[in-house]
Amino acid sequence: MGFPILSLMILLPLAAATVLLFVPGDENGRANTARWTALAVTLAELVLGIILWARFDIGSASFQYAESLPLFEPYFSWSLGIDGISLVLIALSVFLMPICILASWTSIRTRVPEYMAAFLLMESLMIGVFAATDLFLFYVFFEGGLIPMYLIIGIWGGKDRIYASYKFFLYTLLGSVLMLLAMLYMASVAGTTSIPELLVYDFDPNVQTWLWLAFFASFAVKMPMWPVHTWLPDAHVQAPTAGSVILAGVLLKMGGYGFIRFSLPMFPAASAELMWIVFGLSMIAVVVTSLIALAQSDMKKLIAYSSVAHMAFVTVGLFGFNQQAIEGSIVVMLSHGLVSGALFLCVGVVYDRMHTRDIDAYGGVATVMPRYAILFMLFTMASVGLPGTSGFIGEFLVMMGAFRTSTFAVAVICTGIILGAAYMLYLYRKVMFGVVTKDEVRAMTDLNVREILCLAPIAVFVLWMGIAPNVFIDPVRAPVAAIVARLEPTAPPQQTVAVVKQAAANPHTPAETH
Amino acid sequence: MLHTIVFLPLLTAIVAGLGNRVLGNTLAKAITTGGLFLACALSWAIFIPVLMGQPVESQPVMEWFRSGGLVVDWSLRLDTLTAVMLVVVTTVSALVHLYSWGYMAEDPDQPRFFAYLSLFTFAMLMLVTADNLVQMFFGWEGVGLASYLLIGFWYQKPSANAAAIKAFVVNRVGDFGFSLGIFGVFMVFGTTDIATILAAAPDFSGSSFEFLGAQVDTLTVLCLLLFIGAMGKSAQLGLHTWLPDAMEGPTPVSALIHAATMVTAGVFMVCRLSPLFETSEIALNVVTYVGAATALFAATVGTTQHDIKRVIAYSTCSQLGYMFFAAGIGAYGAAMFHLFTHAFFKALLFLGAGSVIHAMHHEQDMRYYGGLRKHIPVTFWAMMIGTLAITGVGIYWLSAGFAGFYSKDAIIESAFAAGTQSGYVAYGVGVFAALLTSFYSWRLIFLTFYGKPRWSQSEHIQHAAHGDHAHHDDHAHAHDDHAHDAGDGTLGYKPHESPVSMLIPLVVLSIGAIFAGFVFKGAFIDAEGGVAFWKGALAFDAHLAHASHEVPLWVKLSPAIVMLIGLYIAWNNYIRNPGAPAKFVAMFGGLHAFLFNKWYFDELYDVIFVRPSKWLGRMLWKKGDEGTIDRFGPNGLAALVMGGAGAARRLQTGYLYTYAFVMLIGLAAAAAWFLPKMLGGE
Repeated sequence: MGFPILSLMILLPLAAATVLLFVPGDENGRANTARWTALAVTLAELVLGIILWARFDIGSASFQYAESLPLFEPYFSWSLGIDGISLVLIALSVFLMPICILASWTSIRTRVPEYMAAFLLMESLMIGVFAATDLFLFYVFFEGGLIPMYLIIGIWGGKDRIYASYKFFLYTLLGSVLMLLAMLYMASVAGTTSIPELLVYDFDPNVQTWLWLAFFASFAVKMPMWPVHTWLPDAHVQAPTAGSVILAGVLLKMGGYGFIRFSLPMFPAASAELMWIVFGLSMIAVVVTSLIALAQSDMKKLIAYSSVAHMAFVTVGLFGFNQQAIEGSIVVMLSHGLVSGALFLCVGVVYDRMHTRDIDAYGGVATVMPRYAILFMLFTMASVGLPGTSGFIGEFLVMMGAFRTSTFAVAVICTGIILGAAYMLYLYRKVMFGVVTKDEVRAMTDLNVREILCLAPIAVFVLWMGIAPNVFIDPVRAPVAAIVARLEPTAPPQQTVAVVKQAAANPHTPAETH
Repeated sequence: MLHTIVFLPLLTAIVAGLGNRVLGNTLAKAITTGGLFLACALSWAIFIPVLMGQPVESQPVMEWFRSGGLVVDWSLRLDTLTAVMLVVVTTVSALVHLYSWGYMAEDPDQPRFFAYLSLFTFAMLMLVTADNLVQMFFGWEGVGLASYLLIGFWYQKPSANAAAIKAFVVNRVGDFGFSLGIFGVFMVFGTTDIATILAAAPDFSGSSFEFLGAQVDTLTVLCLLLFIGAMGKSAQLGLHTWLPDAMEGPTPVSALIHAATMVTAGVFMVCRLSPLFETSEIALNVVTYVGAATALFAATVGTTQHDIKRVIAYSTCSQLGYMFFAAGIGAYGAAMFHLFTHAFFKALLFLGAGSVIHAMHHEQDMRYYGGLRKHIPVTFWAMMIGTLAITGVGIYWLSAGFAGFYSKDAIIESAFAAGTQSGYVAYGVGVFAALLTSFYSWRLIFLTFYGKPRWSQSEHIQHAAHGDHAHHDDHAHAHDDHAHDAGDGTLGYKPHESPVSMLIPLVVLSIGAIFAGFVFKGAFIDAEGGVAFWKGALAFDAHLAHASHEVPLWVKLSPAIVMLIGLYIAWNNYIRNPGAPAKFVAMFGGLHAFLFNKWYFDELYDVIFVRPSKWLGRMLWKKGDEGTIDRFGPNGLAALVMGGAGAARRLQTGYLYTYAFVMLIGLAAAAAWFLPKMLGGE
């Protein structure tokens, strides 16, 4: 076993968070210490993340940087390891974290050390979720992630923060109870809690259905899928800016990660059998939440609903059962993490100046904030899925792959590109365009250096991922190929069209479906 | 060289856009315009050898993305079709850049405008050089973005913002079809590379696949899906509603994007994929009928509009219909030829209109024009040449005429020569639409340049005249408010001819509108010349080209005859008998209202799409999410636990730490309960 870099990445923020809570001094001094410490730690994590990527063996589907410390043999061990899918999601987490700290620099003024500690704890748990290779260790991280987010919304949130955090907690915890039961069953049947071993264990197909449904309950809430999505708009609206960024950027990806890590490879037969549930709910989600987004007058709520629609592309892609669709899903997750994070930051920028999220309170902002206008436009277009931005690659791959699985599902979710354009351009127009009529708007100043430092790196990655995305897809190719191979024996529906021989007597040969 | 042509505009756009205030107006304008003229020169340097028969090539740039068996490259393909488009795009774009020096001279935001123009040019060049469908889609959406930004360039105007969003969203409806087409193409062919698809297409003739629950003919459905994309971009009937509204953008934009280049992308796409379309007779018939319907529809609406730009916009829509039905009957050479000549004379008409608007202090309503011939003579002659070109003036026996004479007649003759039912329909529609074209084009000329000035009713002119008046007042207090308006309808306003930067493009495009047809007809549409020129870049049908020369004389003369009829009607109504249109409106009020209101498409769409979407969104939110899911979900549970309704409300007064504590206890209890059992069991 080499240097335990994954343990370090998990424990470093945890340790820092603990220290922050007990730093002595006056209120101001403590706050400043907390800010700088949190920034330093998250930047160190970013460096570790880069090292992680640089030394990663791209092209291998196996779990790397593996380490294991048995705690309660054989059912619980501190087992860590990452494959390419974990790698890119960890990279997303450590990339967004320093930006969150920066975004909270001046907007959070109360209980700063506790706030920063909550974020650092959040970072530990997020990395833990993506790095855990033990079933129960995963569970602890997965559910533990609720606590800091719950506190962030509940303490530093808006007016209705208690209701929002209650809803958030209720949904996610209820979903996870079923998952825990399923995990207990799996551990007792398979006799191991090691994820790599479970990945190749063949569960009885009849049992798979129940296990799949139990996991689905949890992941669908986290995703979130329609109709268990209603916690998300409230949570986003009440959360402070950085909380929204992490919520949309990373927490929503845990559901997708769960589907990839557990549902697809561990219960392939059930996945093929029950894909219609996922497709059905995703189709409804795209249309319904896009329409709802059109009716919003709260900026954060609009973006929150658009998140639900984008996440539906992820679920369709995951259950598209082929290389393009699943790789596309992962790209959508990464892209959405960046773009929705950036959009929430953009809302935060004007919220810090005007203290309202009401779309109608703005108008003509482009006149007074030209630099902001450019960046906001870029992220709007990325959200709309304009080619050349990260938003396009993922959604396009998803639909390209899933078209072979179900033309109907793709035709329905493809309406999302029309409705998405409608609500995002509506938002941009109402906020940015028009004549400045309000003095508050006229007094707004353009982005300061700190805000540019938050938004510009995301802009770079959004364009990079849109123009040359291979470097971001390369790590996931092998693990995705392994999943596709795992699904192969279940004969998922994949349409192909056979060449009709010109000489053939019968010109109307139906398509081969296998 | 091709790399330079394509990427130079991107570079200049970025420099001018981000440099903005640092560079200042003049430098930003000089960089973008200079870059475009260089790109234009290089495009002609590529086009002329291609015209002479130089072979074609593809130039890879880099890999874009890859997934499983799918590989998509950034790559620049150069063949005859691309070369033609390069010339069209860069020439018009360079001239529009130059023209904008004058037209936008007083705008406070010039670097942004020029950056958008160059950005548009880059996207358009990516579209026409694409060697795979995904890159074409990149260009396709890129021009859509630039179009959106430019229509809404004056973002303080609510109408401009609305038009910009409408353009983007309606185009997205087309892109919906285009995307599905690409997905289908990938499913069937396993690639998005255009050359591979076109080569393999005949093998799939007669095959079928499951689409939306039905077994459908593979190639027909693929073509139709792709064609929906073309309909959106090229504003064909049903998806045309954004184009007239797009006139909210500055006029140079209308000339470049909404006349000469972007809106022809759909025609370009059908021609680029013509071997694929050739495999499906049904798809071709649909293309023909949609094109013909649009040609007719837009021409009828064009006859009644008052706004000078809207008349030209509907004219564009109608001419695009011609190009589509030419493609639909298999005359791809003629379609591209019309695209080529149309770019010159339509850009000329738009820039001419811009010059008129400039002279008339931003008044766009032709009812308030009149008698401008003597005041702005260069503009007048430019518009005249444009009109002679679009109405297809020429002398058959001498085989000499303006650009439109060759291209439009080629389309009409080919339609007749095709000999199919759709061909005859297209011929009939084409001839009738030509009559309408002649009428609305001459109506525009007569209303604008002839007759007596009617400027005094124009608010814009009133503003301008009063502004002047205020100056004069300093010198001569005796004048009363309407002293200038000596009953001549001018309010004393003196329209001025546009600056040289605006006139040069008019002159250059006039030359194009006169000679583009005569010079290039041999290459584009001649039976033998066409084969040598196109070299397989599109499915050139030499038989059809040949047959179109053999049609009866009355067919060949029909466009000229209807052109004269249209001219006569316009002359009769607007010069000889100016009271006649009002009488016509009084007599056929219903018909006029129907045409004037654009067949009520906007109203219809508002009722069946826009309002229901808003209503549904509100319903699903209030009644669905809040009224059902939340009510029976979390709120219901809270009520159950805490007893009675309103519990959710009461929750807000609760103590946060209690909940956090309960949650932690819960987790710990779960662990404490299960772990020992598990460890002890088994």
